[in-house]
Amino acid sequence: MLTIKEISVSYGNRAVLRDVSFELGDGQIIVLLGANGAGKTTLIKALNGTLPISAGEINLNEQPLTSISRREIAKNIAVVAQENETRFPVTVLEFVLSGRFVHGGAFGWETDGDIRFAENALKDCDLAGYASRLMNELSGGERQRVVLARALATGAKILLLDEPTANLDLAHQAMMFRLVRERSRSCGASAVVITHDLNLAAEFADEILLLKDGRIAAKGAPSEVLTAENIDDVFGVKVLLDSNPASGNVRVTNVF
Amino acid sequence: MNRRAIIIGFGLLGLLALALVSAAMLGAERLPIFDLNDQQRSILFDIRLPRILLGACVGASLAVAGAGLQSLLRNPLAEPYLLGVSNGAALGTMLAFVLFESYEFARPVLAFGGAAVATLAVYRMAKSRSGMNVERLVLSGVIVTTFLSSVIVMLTTLLDAAKLRSFTFWLLGDLSQATQNGVYIALGASVIATIILSSQARGLNLMMVGERDAFDFGVEVGRVRMLVFAASSLAVGAAVAASGSVGYVGLIVPHLVRLTVGSDNRLVVPFSAIVGAIFVVFADTIARTAIAPRELPVGAVTALIGAPLFIYLLRKS
Repeated sequence: MLTIKEISVSYGNRAVLRDVSFELGDGQIIVLLGANGAGKTTLIKALNGTLPISAGEINLNEQPLTSISRREIAKNIAVVAQENETRFPVTVLEFVLSGRFVHGGAFGWETDGDIRFAENALKDCDLAGYASRLMNELSGGERQRVVLARALATGAKILLLDEPTANLDLAHQAMMFRLVRERSRSCGASAVVITHDLNLAAEFADEILLLKDGRIAAKGAPSEVLTAENIDDVFGVKVLLDSNPASGNVRVTNVF
Repeated sequence: MNRRAIIIGFGLLGLLALALVSAAMLGAERLPIFDLNDQQRSILFDIRLPRILLGACVGASLAVAGAGLQSLLRNPLAEPYLLGVSNGAALGTMLAFVLFESYEFARPVLAFGGAAVATLAVYRMAKSRSGMNVERLVLSGVIVTTFLSSVIVMLTTLLDAAKLRSFTFWLLGDLSQATQNGVYIALGASVIATIILSSQARGLNLMMVGERDAFDFGVEVGRVRMLVFAASSLAVGAAVAASGSVGYVGLIVPHLVRLTVGSDNRLVVPFSAIVGAIFVVFADTIARTAIAPRELPVGAVTALIGAPLFIYLLRKS
């Protein structure tokens, strides 16, 4: 469980996040929405201690994040970041296994258990048969799925996903969110997900945080947050709202 | 570890043994394997063996330093020379040469100091408020390298003619000054550096993809960086003090190893040590025998083999 209390983050003198508070409970999926530059990625970086916070407090399972070692944080929190490129010939299996770093010692080799974790993660991400392919020969979308598989292979209970669907086709976008949902049901894993797809957010989020200029503009269930006024306020676009005939959840349609 | 890697590992060790034995037999005076007479014994144990073993240690040191720095900097083209590590070591050795000529241990100690100071200078220059940026690091390395080169050139004007010749030969890469103590120092440095770098190999595998990635997945990035810098300085310092600038080993050997076993540093680091040793022993055998009884600097031979081979590998990959 992550508890975020009135945190602020600054780059030099410029405050990027101000007074952000929320709680990520076990099994909960929170989606971060907001315009470019609203502070979404900064928030994700702050949540696992990559960026220092200038005020406030983040607690991981009721312990202050600053008092926990890197290894311990990584055992609990896995991240899917936006850019992952390497100029070295790394295979998909090697890449996914590198996610098991915190579970091994120095000089360590992966155990059969680690390899099982990696293979299951690959299967979950629709990547069975990719194990010996090279990372730099994959398409953007395939690589994105491998990066997700690495995060799943860690076995961490909290996932932080920075635009995990950015390069994915329609089927794999839904797959990504379904995977996260299944994890939350089967083992109480929770996730903070950044996306620009309001309809995916409406379908899969337990809670939506709408960020504007580094502050939380709205917070709550999708149907409460995804209102025409909120969307106009944050994104400056007019939308029509109705309900998705298949799921009954709120549906957002752009008015061009 | 997969079976293929184990087979390759033993194969390489066999190849290293073969290289050491044939290098010991070949030379201006060809030696038999068995039944050596006293004079041949003296050539083997006093002259040839220290030199061959020193060559193996220098090769291993330069290759593991290259492998470590490349992964750390996420750049397969990085190597000790590019970052000024070698030139720092060369300047340190030169100061020892000028100031403390009679103390044998001054050379490796000052070389290590020079390598470490050069590395730290590059690191400080490259580090900005927003963190470490690879382009900046490489650029800083180039600046430090050229600056140190000019200091070395200026210092050579202080040397008398005999020292200048010996120094110039050393600067081009020369194993002919091998002594028993020199071998012990180089062996110690190469073994310690290989162990340190191997112990950080899993972290380096993540850092190869990105420092942020590595941090996210639990690597203590700053600690790994300092350990890799220290181990590379140690390895390069010992190698340069013993043999001057033997180029291309740190660049070409890890590249060759990656083409065979992939990029996992747990294999790349130890295998680079073995292949680096084979490469320099092989090059030095050519340096000793090609125009015998005269000799070529081993650095010229590694560059003559390394440059075309590197272009070939670059095109192939």
